[in-house]
Amino acid sequence: MIFTKSKTLALRSEEEIVLVRQATRSWMVEQRFTLVAQTKMMTATSELARNAVVYGGGGSARLELLEESGRVGIRVQIEDRGPGIADLEQAMTDHFTSGQGLGLGLGGSKRLVDEFEIWSEPGKGTRVSITWWK
Amino acid sequence: MSDPTSNHIADILARYEQPILEEWLREQSAALSARRDLISDADLRRQSAEFLALFTPACRSGSLTDITAPEWQQSCNFLGDVSRSRATQGFSPSETATFVFSLKQPFFFHLRQELGTDAATLAEEMWSATVLLDKLGLYTTEVHQKAREQVIKRQQAEMLELSTPVVKLWDGIIAMPLIGTLDSGRANIMMENLLQSIVDTGSGIAIVDITGVPTVDTLVAQYLLKTVSAARLMGAECIISGIRPQIAQTMVQLGVEFGTVVTKASLADALAYAFRQIGCSVARQTPRA
Repeated sequence: MIFTKSKTLALRSEEEIVLVRQATRSWMVEQRFTLVAQTKMMTATSELARNAVVYGGGGSARLELLEESGRVGIRVQIEDRGPGIADLEQAMTDHFTSGQGLGLGLGGSKRLVDEFEIWSEPGKGTRVSITWWK
Repeated sequence: MSDPTSNHIADILARYEQPILEEWLREQSAALSARRDLISDADLRRQSAEFLALFTPACRSGSLTDITAPEWQQSCNFLGDVSRSRATQGFSPSETATFVFSLKQPFFFHLRQELGTDAATLAEEMWSATVLLDKLGLYTTEVHQKAREQVIKRQQAEMLELSTPVVKLWDGIIAMPLIGTLDSGRANIMMENLLQSIVDTGSGIAIVDITGVPTVDTLVAQYLLKTVSAARLMGAECIISGIRPQIAQTMVQLGVEFGTVVTKASLADALAYAFRQIGCSVARQTPRA
């Protein structure tokens, strides 16, 4: 797997969620991903970035453009140093929320993208990685 | 605190007020040559003379190291006003700070002339004058930045107002086209505007069009659902239109359910539906045979 390019953005406020989303979109437009792919990836990015800001107290987003055996992919890794998630299985369940939301962010994001990975340790933080292959 | 060196500075300022003012104006004109359109010579002269008139007594009466002291308040207030007006006129921070920094050269020239033979005193005076003018210069930059921030805040607030217009489509039918990102601030204003318009126009049907919303995530969906519920409580039916194919697919995979909310692909579809609801029909005029 080749990393064609990468970029790290801060994620501390609602405005920065928009910036991360726009960066994801501009990379995908550049690589001619389909409109559906763009929309799904942007939505998943938006969900995870908001989780990092609202529940994780802010963090960072790393964008990576990948290439593997001629396929182009985009990966977004969202990381925070928040309280972490004790029960991942429960957090991934639809309609479960520890806050005020609909409880569809994590599970929904997983359904939206090709690859979804999550690491979390209580007290240390959470990292979610989502990838879309063209 | 009485600073033994302060008198030299104040004396020189008082004695050479006119030549310093003239040379200072020349310096400013040279530095701001590209900005001649923004400020007239007369204004520049008036501001400079006024500042010197406040600066000289402050130098005489007070400490030269602490511009927060009460004797500096008038000078600082005046500089603040100048900075704020320049910020709104479109001067850059460095152009604004030039107002103070360009005073150095004429001032130092006269200091050197007066104290030229006394190197130790000259160095000391130069140092305290530099520190003082740097502080005042940085103060103008700070005020300038704050003024710019206020402009941005005001524009943001204005945009919030502008970006959620409610339009009346027909008697009893209103529509709110949403454009751009929906954050919590905008979502609240959106709901407020829509509910108020339902009351004001006595409309039974409200259409929220999301064609211009690039990303509909769970938070945006939640805002929309809340708006629909609130409209229902007021006896109005709310239709969500402008659901593009890619948004529809995304919503389904996210698992967001709009339940009994009426959703339409386009605003035209929503309007057609609304006409049926209120018992109106739109007919094409048949050409006469």
